[in-house]
Amino acid sequence: MAANLPTQAQVQGGAGVTEPGITHDEHAHHDEHHEQSFLEKYIFSTDHKVIAKQFLITGIFWAIIGGTLSSLFRLQLGWPESTFEWLSPFLGKWIEAGKLNPEFYLALVTMHGTIMVFFVLTAGLSGTFSNFLIPLQIGARDMASGFMNMLSYWFFFLSSVVMFSSLFIETGPAAAGWTIYPPLSALPQAIPGSGAGQTLWLVSMALFIVSQLLGGVNYITTVINLRTQGMSMSKLPLTIWAFFLTAILGLLSFPVLFSAALLLIFDRSFGTSFFLSDIYIAGQALPNTGGSPILFQHLFWFLGHPEVYIVIMPAMGMVSEILATNARKPIFGYRAMIGSLLGISLLSFIVWAHHMFVTGMNPFLGSVFMFLTLIIAVPSAVKTFNWLATLWRGNIRFTTAMLFSIGFVSLFIAGGLTGIVLGNAALDIQMHNTYFVVAHFHLVMGSSAFFGLWAGVYHWFPKMFGRMMDEKLGYVHFWLTFLGVYLVFLPMHYVGIAGFPRRYYAWTGFDTFSQFADLNKFISAAAIIAFFAQFVFIFNFFYSIFRGRRATENPWNSTTLEWTTPVVPGHGNWPGAIPAVHRWPYDYSKPGAAEDFIPQHVPYSQTQSSNLPYEKEME
Amino acid sequence: MSTISTTQALSDSALDKPRTGTWDGGNEPFKASYGKLMMWFFLLSDAFTFAAFLTTYGLIRHRHGVYEGTPEAFKFSTNYWPIPEKVFDAFPGLHGYHLPLGFVALMTMILIFSSVTMVLAVEAGHRFDKKDVQKWLLWTILFGATFLSCQAWEWTHFITGTEKGTLMNDGTVFHGANLAMNQYGPVLFADLFFFITGFHGTHVFSGVCLLVWAFIATTNGTFEKRGHYEMVEKIGLYWHFVDLVWVFVFTFFYLV
Repeated sequence: MAANLPTQAQVQGGAGVTEPGITHDEHAHHDEHHEQSFLEKYIFSTDHKVIAKQFLITGIFWAIIGGTLSSLFRLQLGWPESTFEWLSPFLGKWIEAGKLNPEFYLALVTMHGTIMVFFVLTAGLSGTFSNFLIPLQIGARDMASGFMNMLSYWFFFLSSVVMFSSLFIETGPAAAGWTIYPPLSALPQAIPGSGAGQTLWLVSMALFIVSQLLGGVNYITTVINLRTQGMSMSKLPLTIWAFFLTAILGLLSFPVLFSAALLLIFDRSFGTSFFLSDIYIAGQALPNTGGSPILFQHLFWFLGHPEVYIVIMPAMGMVSEILATNARKPIFGYRAMIGSLLGISLLSFIVWAHHMFVTGMNPFLGSVFMFLTLIIAVPSAVKTFNWLATLWRGNIRFTTAMLFSIGFVSLFIAGGLTGIVLGNAALDIQMHNTYFVVAHFHLVMGSSAFFGLWAGVYHWFPKMFGRMMDEKLGYVHFWLTFLGVYLVFLPMHYVGIAGFPRRYYAWTGFDTFSQFADLNKFISAAAIIAFFAQFVFIFNFFYSIFRGRRATENPWNSTTLEWTTPVVPGHGNWPGAIPAVHRWPYDYSKPGAAEDFIPQHVPYSQTQSSNLPYEKEME
Repeated sequence: MSTISTTQALSDSALDKPRTGTWDGGNEPFKASYGKLMMWFFLLSDAFTFAAFLTTYGLIRHRHGVYEGTPEAFKFSTNYWPIPEKVFDAFPGLHGYHLPLGFVALMTMILIFSSVTMVLAVEAGHRFDKKDVQKWLLWTILFGATFLSCQAWEWTHFITGTEKGTLMNDGTVFHGANLAMNQYGPVLFADLFFFITGFHGTHVFSGVCLLVWAFIATTNGTFEKRGHYEMVEKIGLYWHFVDLVWVFVFTFFYLV
């Protein structure tokens, strides 16, 4: 096991802090690290920082694809009467006589959901920042197993290749929705997308789950075993708590999706009937009896619900960190923040059936799930109030990361409130499968998590690439996106209340919906403009990697350990010993302190003027 | 920090030293290496995969009819879930005898014995006794491989079926079972049997592969050079887990 090294380096570094006399042989070894080839350094790297960048750039690639798909179907929804001949060089046979193929429309929706939820907001978000920040913020030289970490990326890459290739096959990619409910997803004769496209989808997801598992066990183990001297669980930055609990959610929920996917593969390819029973298709009776499509929904949502927290919790953690740093105030209610993360994590496993209120479940069971679902509002509200209280009378610096963090809080509130509506079984029966649901989750989970992702990129970009992203372009990006998101999803609530069903190709056949045709056009226009605004970010990102203003070691005057590393940390993160930790991560604007922040590694003996009474007692 | 204005004496005080409790960092709070922790977490995850399959089993069985007659009068029919001991009553070499669950009991015994030998291999690793590690690993491999062979026989018998077969609802007589037809009961009984015991068998097979690898590494002195036999211990964790899962699979498919 080549991966034993970080543990030993860690232990030695840690020991070195308490006994300053000891020299650090291990680090001398690190400095004269042999020249790595390009392949070792950038492609098959075991360095968590490089792996994080690989996840980020793959995530950006996927976000462009996912966004393009949404622009395509928004074109169709906004202008259902128009012809799109001009798209045929791009979409080929999926444009028939100027009209978008209706089955391909379903594939577009399916792939947009799959890509955004899994490839961007799971792998791209927690893959990037768990990898980048866990070792840096807890004071470790690398992940527990660098090799498995590398495998985690390459399984994700493989899964990406399979999913991407499914976009180009003759029968088109999977088209049964990102939730791939059988029987539609199980029967190739039902829709072309349930042919090879669905097979590739399942294979890709199986690989994706392996990647998640390899990453997850690494994140959890690293947080438990590799914290530096003094870094107790109650001195961890909230980012780490969020990544830690996210990894646990993934570890426990993804295997159930794996089970469901495997059973579905058998139904599709080997003639079993786990999810199939009593089906007539095109007048033909199928031989399958005894299975249950509802069973699939239970298995799927046992992952699916924790999945939305897998998406949102890393964003919550990063936003907490960025808000405190840029409000120059300690995070309000540090322990309550951890407690609410724990509460959300626990509850996320026992609410899945609120996605299934209309499956004919026993109303009593529905009310149990409704009750548990509504309880989630409590930890969510604790977090929201704490964020607002952190901002309250803060010395706010409006960096781009800060803007996106505030935007996150705004979107989380706006989307969270409608969650209370949808969590009610009685109301959900009315709203189910309408655009109200689409608007709700795009705000509370999709856009919010994206805002967390952007905030994280803007905030930690200097540590990733040693340069700053451009602020002016960042502001342009923020305002176009922030307004864009609200202009897309606020009207969508009205469309949903009016009864527009999801996943419809066009509503032109219904008189009742004609009065909302303008609103749909408006939504589409806003969505497409917001999509193009992202190219400002992409330009800024790649331009700044090479041409950005050079960063200092700690450009945001932040307290956490990653800012004690060199501008661009090398393999092993700290050239000397790993700093030990003495205090919590939120000593901002401490009364009596010389500066408005005291980094975690500064001992109390050096801050006599600001030590609180109980801190003095430790003398 | 510009507040560094303290005396040298103070810097030696407790204010200068990070805390050193169990959870204060710089150590391994569970007194387990990262590799062992990872194995535990992997097994936790895998347990959820199996739990999902067994839940599937429970829900699907619940959807099917229950046999209501006396056990003596039981006949195979696709209309109700079979009584397991009527299905699994054969033993190699004892054709025609009704030995309910005899063979699977033997298989289970073999697997449990393999867990015992695994414990002995791990224990020998702690003693740094290369010879004993080799010996007990070999026994474990042998028991594991025997279990797999037994399962192969069990499957073959299940697939081949009884001589009489069963009159299916479409009026034909069918022998044995596959993923689409089943003489013993509803087709999903066979689907689940193949799927879940197959998935477990895959785990046993992976375990045997790992054990063979560990045996070769032990023989080559890899662990001796490394200074510990922790890898044997980690594979041991996996092996016990696979045994434990079998206890559940056995309970669901054969007992209840």
